[in-house]
Amino acid sequence: MSVTTRYDRPNSYIGKSVPRPNAVRLLHGRGRYVDDKVLPRMLHAAFLRSPHAHARILRIDAAAARSMPGVVAVFDGNDIAQVMTPWVGVLTHLSGMRSPPQPALARDVARWQGEPVVMVVAHSRAAAEDALERIEVEYEPLVPVCDMQAALAPEAPRIHPELDSNLCWERKIEVGDVDAAFAAQGATVVERSFTFGRHTGVTLEPRAVIADYDPAEDRLTMHYSGQAPHMMQAVIARHLNMPEARVRVVAQDVGGSFGIKIHTYGDEMATLAASKLLRRPVKFVADRLESFQSDIHARDHRITARAAIDGEGRLTAVEIDDITGIGPYSVYPRSSGIEGNQVINLTGAPYDLPAYRARLRVVFQNKVPMCQYRAVGHPIAMAVMEGLMDEMAAASGRDPAELRRLNLRADDSYPSASPQGMRFADLSHQACLEKLLDLMDYKTLRAECDRLRQQGVYRGIGLVSMVEVTNPSPMFYGVGGAPIAAQDGASVRLDASGAVHVSNSITEQGQGTEAILAQIAAEVMGVDISTVHVVTGDTAVVPYGGGTWASRGAGIGGEAMYQAARALRQQILATAAAILQTRPEKLDLCEGQVVDADSLEPRIPLSDLARMVYYRGNELPEGLQPELIASRHFKVSDYPFVFTNGAMASYVEVDPETGMVKLLGHWVVEDVGTILNEKLVDEQIRGGVVQGIGGALFEECLYSQDGQLLNATMADYLVPMASEMLDIHIAHVVTPTRTSELGAKGAGEAGTAGAPGAVMNAVNDALRPLGAHMAQMPMTPERILRALGRV
Amino acid sequence: MKSSSFAYRRAATAEEAVALAREAGEDARFLAGGQSLLAALNFRLDEPCMLIDIGRIGALRGIRRVEGALKIGALTRHAEIAASVEIAKHLPLVAQAIHEVAHPAIRNRGTFGGSIALADAAAEMPACALALGARMHLLGPDGPRRVAADEFFLGLYETALEPGELLTHVEIPIPPAGACHGFAELARRRGDYAMAGLAMMLGPRTGAGRDWARIVFFGIADRAVRSPSAEAAIVAGAAPEECAACATDGLDVFGDMNAAESTKRHYAAVLLRRELDRISDEENRV
Repeated sequence: MSVTTRYDRPNSYIGKSVPRPNAVRLLHGRGRYVDDKVLPRMLHAAFLRSPHAHARILRIDAAAARSMPGVVAVFDGNDIAQVMTPWVGVLTHLSGMRSPPQPALARDVARWQGEPVVMVVAHSRAAAEDALERIEVEYEPLVPVCDMQAALAPEAPRIHPELDSNLCWERKIEVGDVDAAFAAQGATVVERSFTFGRHTGVTLEPRAVIADYDPAEDRLTMHYSGQAPHMMQAVIARHLNMPEARVRVVAQDVGGSFGIKIHTYGDEMATLAASKLLRRPVKFVADRLESFQSDIHARDHRITARAAIDGEGRLTAVEIDDITGIGPYSVYPRSSGIEGNQVINLTGAPYDLPAYRARLRVVFQNKVPMCQYRAVGHPIAMAVMEGLMDEMAAASGRDPAELRRLNLRADDSYPSASPQGMRFADLSHQACLEKLLDLMDYKTLRAECDRLRQQGVYRGIGLVSMVEVTNPSPMFYGVGGAPIAAQDGASVRLDASGAVHVSNSITEQGQGTEAILAQIAAEVMGVDISTVHVVTGDTAVVPYGGGTWASRGAGIGGEAMYQAARALRQQILATAAAILQTRPEKLDLCEGQVVDADSLEPRIPLSDLARMVYYRGNELPEGLQPELIASRHFKVSDYPFVFTNGAMASYVEVDPETGMVKLLGHWVVEDVGTILNEKLVDEQIRGGVVQGIGGALFEECLYSQDGQLLNATMADYLVPMASEMLDIHIAHVVTPTRTSELGAKGAGEAGTAGAPGAVMNAVNDALRPLGAHMAQMPMTPERILRALGRV
Repeated sequence: MKSSSFAYRRAATAEEAVALAREAGEDARFLAGGQSLLAALNFRLDEPCMLIDIGRIGALRGIRRVEGALKIGALTRHAEIAASVEIAKHLPLVAQAIHEVAHPAIRNRGTFGGSIALADAAAEMPACALALGARMHLLGPDGPRRVAADEFFLGLYETALEPGELLTHVEIPIPPAGACHGFAELARRRGDYAMAGLAMMLGPRTGAGRDWARIVFFGIADRAVRSPSAEAAIVAGAAPEECAACATDGLDVFGDMNAAESTKRHYAAVLLRRELDRISDEENRV
């Protein structure tokens, strides 16, 4: 670790808020997004989507569309099925999960409003859309199954007749004597029912793909706006029946992903199939309307939960029952079971908890498929548990901060495990809570709330203690049979000019991946960061690895980068030692030079060394075969996940006459282990908090009774905007993870995980003197008025 | 989301625009700022045969003082209204409300006349025009005519404009001395269409009451609507709570995704009471 602790020497980048090297390019409008790319002979795809939530497809008449000007081809589900096999979105380790094969385009039955049914490929998107209007599809409407509770009723119509019910998966957990804990004398027991609405990711750049099949080489290139190129490569190869090595996936700039762009989408897969059938490049860019109707949705839970504390305020038991609606298919290849699984795995995780019972039911319904979105399951688990903590505090006359102090896992208690079997190490719940209370000046704020209440102003404070799953091991997906790598690879090489080229299997989604890779490589290699060149996202170029998901980029890809750079550094020092007739440990790298380790006196520039190796190998000592390239892979071992923890607080004012919530303050203390770039970490947390606030107050996919999505525009689907947001104050506690040398944990999802619970608790704190309580998200003004009995 | 194809013509004068519209028939549309029309085209909610671009007709742009009124050209951008000294001085209701019209980028392109002619039920400018008793200047194939705001807004996106008729100016009388205004709206996000909004003008005080009152709610019905019950109560000098209690009496109120009908009635009452309270507080302070 000597390299990373010498902050005062040149080329110390790890831990510093280095500006992102790619920011200038993006600000110049020189981004390389999929829609910026224009290939020779490229065609454009548009999709006719089901107007019904559930309907049998009786007849498709595309004759008129085929003869429209500019139209090259029209494909229906049967056409695409000739070259593409359907997929099944189950994981074997989620035992008992079931989901029928899903075709790229609906065949026989359409199962959500927005499911692609017919594809038109034309010379322009406008021509393709003109042709869509001329396609006639005869549907026989079937009874839509939309409400997830009603979907489980024995008499409910079945979405998949081959299954005996609309249940996709069920899991139960029981540890300790839960009933005894709830029945114990002196226990304070609270029970609440929560509803978490559907929302979605709303990436600034929509999903986009160019499929470019070259029959001469039997090679398919996919220009992709997505998170996990190698996973997509495997998925495409498998379902287009091609050798994996003949499929290349290239993801350059990506305008946000948030978990939306890591799944198998029928429209994208059909675009790949169309390119293979037509032997021409085909572009598909989802427009905003079809993004709302086809990007995965998130959350959608109905939960009943209760918890008990004993007379001393010690948590004795938690019980949770979660029903979650996932649309008509479990999404491939990650499945739609992980969200609910995380909810029951993580509820109560920050606390010493002796007894726990959970039941999860994952239910099919005729709505847009639901799957993993930023902070998968966490916001639900945290909001439920933290909501119960505040209710128990109120019911037992304790301060909410005090009740948490009493029950948080002790900072000196690790490693430890939860009743669910989650294994924790290197966490700092107590330190984070104390730092948070200090940062926000909790006591003063409390007093302010109390004083203003006397004046009829209703303000509230909400606290959250939380964990986040980051840096997953193969126990997340790979163990369940999915073609998803949990390891990442990095390579680094020195070119003849002394510049450093690195590549890595983690990907840039706008979060700054390439910046931290450059920081790590530059510091270890002792070079100026401007001489480090980073490549990510291209399966033909980068080492094999997982990509961007589950807050793993810095912790796994960053560690691989660190190890690869250390290896190359050793190789360079060995070469230099041979040239300079000294020992490698007497040398170091600094400012692009091999230097004397003690005096930092320059001995030979890296560029001279490289040129000698590459051009004048004859001058090298006999037998020396320098390797100026190194690669390393890294995966987390010994622990299934690297948990992070944090504490968060929200301060709000509720107008009881209008139900409007004004955000007054938001504070986060987070322990992400070693911080590689504080500015990037903080912006990840802030962005995450804003998305969490979106789910808490604004965002919801609204459906009619018969499964029509009602608000599929940016005017009607409310994302949080700058004018509603506030300064988000961030502080850190640093406990490096023992699972890597760098010690970095993940930071990408914590904000989203904790913010909804914090805001909900703050709203409820404000409403408590009025006798009202909110347990439904988003907490819209009208829902608050209803809770208050005003409307 | 690509619009279907259409013909495009640019008019140099209002007369030429009207003549082009007459030639093209009912499926032609006038294009001003394009902030609502182009979205409708891209959604294919509207598939006109021709767009007649009036954007470069200089005579339709700008704010002029005329006898007892301000005459606002239909092409005047929202941003120009917001920056206008004349508006700030003579029409403080408009000056206040204009900042709630969508977002800066939309205010830079969107036009005052476009907002009036579209007559969105939740838009601020039609409500202000109604509260201020504006007169709409229209130009059609048969020449110009004027329509009072009370007769102009007829229903959901429905106005007195005949097919092919162009809104050229909006003439807004300058309120008399002693009159005052109120404006408030509730939107879930700044710049969104309001769940409920209030634009009002109160005439000079007469004892406890007012000489006259024009109370307009927007975002709660099929168009901006006056509340005769509230106006009568205010003129009669009723207390703010009483005026608020009858705010939506006799009005057809429609719910939407953000607020049900009952919530909108509640909001209308809250907004009116709060604005009357505020005005009363301010007047008592003077």
